[in-house]
Amino acid sequence: MSREKLVAKEATVASSYAADLARSEPTTELLRELVAHLRQNRTLLREEWVARISEARLLTAMTKEEIFNEATSVYDSYVAALETGTFEALQAYARNLSERIIPRGVETHEVVGIVLLLRDVLARSLFAKHQTDFEKLNRILDAYEPAANRIANTVAVGFVQERERVIRQQQEAIRELSTPVLQVRERLLILPIIGVIDPQRARQLTEQLLRGIRTNRAKVVVIDITGVAAMDATVANHLVQTVEASRLLGATVIVTGLSPEIAQTLVTIGLDLGKMNTVGDLQGGIEQAERLLGYKVVPTS
Amino acid sequence: MEVPILKQGPFLIATIQAALSDADLLQLRTALVHQVVRSRSLGVIVDVTAMDVMDSFASRTLLEISHMIRLRGADTVIVGIQPEVAFAMVQLGLTLEDIPTALDLEEGLAHLQQKFQTAH
Repeated sequence: MSREKLVAKEATVASSYAADLARSEPTTELLRELVAHLRQNRTLLREEWVARISEARLLTAMTKEEIFNEATSVYDSYVAALETGTFEALQAYARNLSERIIPRGVETHEVVGIVLLLRDVLARSLFAKHQTDFEKLNRILDAYEPAANRIANTVAVGFVQERERVIRQQQEAIRELSTPVLQVRERLLILPIIGVIDPQRARQLTEQLLRGIRTNRAKVVVIDITGVAAMDATVANHLVQTVEASRLLGATVIVTGLSPEIAQTLVTIGLDLGKMNTVGDLQGGIEQAERLLGYKVVPTS
Repeated sequence: MEVPILKQGPFLIATIQAALSDADLLQLRTALVHQVVRSRSLGVIVDVTAMDVMDSFASRTLLEISHMIRLRGADTVIVGIQPEVAFAMVQLGLTLEDIPTALDLEEGLAHLQQKFQTAH
């Protein structure tokens, strides 16, 4: 779901929660009592929570001090969310927290785990406090549970959204890995391609190559795809088009380093092998290019 | 608009300006074939550097020029296709088949001279 849709959906749920809040006066009272209790017993409950976290072997990537500091922030944000019934601050905090801990290698199940543990620790303390008044306990839990679940949800979703943002960022970086067009001899260019090629990058490569052919007056181009593990039919077709467009500029293209997978793709899309000049590896490609250009490489001794 | 055809030794050079109408292209085709006969040329260079679009009609006419000139025993080289034009052409599937192409006039002449020499 897009970010906008997700935020809109959350807003709907938030407003229904706030509506529930407004509807039941006693609930507000109970929540106020609950929040006071959680603030009063903050040190004790936080300690218990941290103990449970290490018992469950969560957040092993973080030091005790870091866990303590984060636990304090999470606890306070948790209680604040319960108090205000609004979750924007918590959402912002969750994303901020995720931004910090994702590079540390903290996993989704750990984040969800610790929030659920906090929920349990707080619930247990409510059980303990109201153990003599079963009816009151039920009413307090009626107020607490939807809020606590909402909080767990918010934190988990915030964490996942941050992960997705990182993935998108990395995909963008891979796409932008610039591919240099290199002149290794007069009239001979090499285009070493590494990584994942999607249609957008393929197009970028072609434009760069054609411009390079014109600027360097290249007669032969060696496109090396040793560093490309696989390509789909769209990109393979694009490669063929690149070869043909280069020919229109008077340059011959030699493609080298086709992996077995790519060789299969090319045959499967029905590539006319007459159209494509291929050599096994880059060394062979350069040697053939030199021959085409009339060079002969001879040892000096 | 008439395309100027210049004589360079045994070769002819036709430099196309931008925006040639279909009629102009056909006129060029006729003029080139006649000129090849008159000058007993061995090769023709068609310079399309100034063309910023190449549609299927232009592409087909160039092919026809090449075939007609070949019937007179001469070669055609198309030079100066711009990168953007080349890209657009291959996307439309216009490949100019087996007509030789070269980067520019200098390369085109070198190509013809080489062929002319080896033929002797």
